[in-house]
Amino acid sequence: MKRLDGRSNEEFRTVEARVDVVSRADGSALFAFGNSKAIVSVYGPRQLYPQHLQNPERCLLRCYYDLASFSVPERKRPGPTRRSIEISYVMTKALEPAIKLEAFPNSVIDVYALIIDSDASTRCAALNAASLALANAGVPMRELVSAVSVGKLGNELVVDLTKEEEDFKVIKEGEEQKTTDIPIAFLSRSKKISLLQLDGKISAEELFKAIELGKKACLKISKIQERTLKKIKNIKK
Amino acid sequence: MEVTNLTKKRIEELIARNKRLDGRSLLEFRKIFVEKGVTKKAEGSARVRIGNTEVIAGVKLNLTEPFQDTPDEGALAVNVEFFPIGSEKFEPGPPSVEAVELARIIDRIIRESHFINLKKLCIKKGELVWMVFIDVYPINDDGNLIDASIIASIAALKDAVFPAREEDKVKYGELTKQRLPLNDSVIGLTLYKLGQKFIFDPTTIEEEISQARITVGMSYRKKEFIHAIQKGGETPLREEEIKEAIKIIIKKGKEILNKINL
Repeated sequence: MKRLDGRSNEEFRTVEARVDVVSRADGSALFAFGNSKAIVSVYGPRQLYPQHLQNPERCLLRCYYDLASFSVPERKRPGPTRRSIEISYVMTKALEPAIKLEAFPNSVIDVYALIIDSDASTRCAALNAASLALANAGVPMRELVSAVSVGKLGNELVVDLTKEEEDFKVIKEGEEQKTTDIPIAFLSRSKKISLLQLDGKISAEELFKAIELGKKACLKISKIQERTLKKIKNIKK
Repeated sequence: MEVTNLTKKRIEELIARNKRLDGRSLLEFRKIFVEKGVTKKAEGSARVRIGNTEVIAGVKLNLTEPFQDTPDEGALAVNVEFFPIGSEKFEPGPPSVEAVELARIIDRIIRESHFINLKKLCIKKGELVWMVFIDVYPINDDGNLIDASIIASIAALKDAVFPAREEDKVKYGELTKQRLPLNDSVIGLTLYKLGQKFIFDPTTIEEEISQARITVGMSYRKKEFIHAIQKGGETPLREEEIKEAIKIIIKKGKEILNKINL
């Protein structure tokens, strides 16, 4: 089956991946799935203040995700929302296992992700960019984090949803069926899952298939990330 | 509560041998009590106790204009308030990240499973609909607030009735006998990973030392469906672990729904 934009079910949108996009930052990257575009800056590892937040055993990782006010059809009021607070939090948890945080006691790494153009799957684009930006900053990492959204549209499982697909509705057995959205992040070497969310309606068997599909796509994305990183001549720090 | 290394080690050793400090088996819940209609002013309310953990959820309704993108649907808003009575970790001020995450998990389970038939909350398309507010207050945190809050929210909705209405004004204090348009058999449960094992319903100490959790919201109608998932905690999970966890949770959800009268 062809999708609305002509892709096959297992195909993600054209990826744009670059590092060193913000010279002021310690590390930075841009990652886009089609029209979903994230820019991420990493600052740190740096001393953490106020001092009482310092942990003598490990570095603190803080992520801030937000949509630019002009990145959505109707202007979004700038500043954090409940949605962005939750996404920042799950992103932090998805990135933590990949970073050698124990190497920098009493420090902090700040990861700022701004979505400048949004067409669904933005948290996945932001995570992919964050992973690149951390590596670009020279932060010691165990592995990369790669993320993709898997969706169930009608009876089809597809990779990397667009907004149009996310909002797609089919009438099935007299019941309006909305798209099920499943963002997944895999760690590139251990192949473990560090982010998994879902909303919609799906059976357990289909979910397991969706995870398989997500894994395949994530492995491809991690290869793209590796290639992107190898292109840089001098790693900062 | 800071868990000492000694206690942590002891619990981990026990769990590795399929035992727990309070004598439960790994997948056993503490006793769950659900009590409905615990407040007078709310249109619906419930108190849920799981062991020493206690949560009160209240439902309020008001009349409002529908959202532009859903002109023929009522609205739903879920809020979790970590008021400082429940734990030394709760602080006054704007909602913490944990409170926001929990509210959004509950919201997703209720919304995506169509537990409330929002279309039936429409009074006049594009002009007037009912808005349902669910507010959850943890009263005492002894672990597993997530499941307690989900169950309390569902119970409070089941308890709720519409208030009387005059045109576009609610006559608060005057309740009708009409219940909210709800579907049956929805629940959400959380499985925690501690050491190499999975456990349900951790106490505060167990929760503190668990490395990962996964919450699944499900419905059991003609078929079983998953409507919401949230993986949490520090540690990533292997694919097989996730599959195993989801199967365990689906089975347990059915068991709990049969056991407690929601």
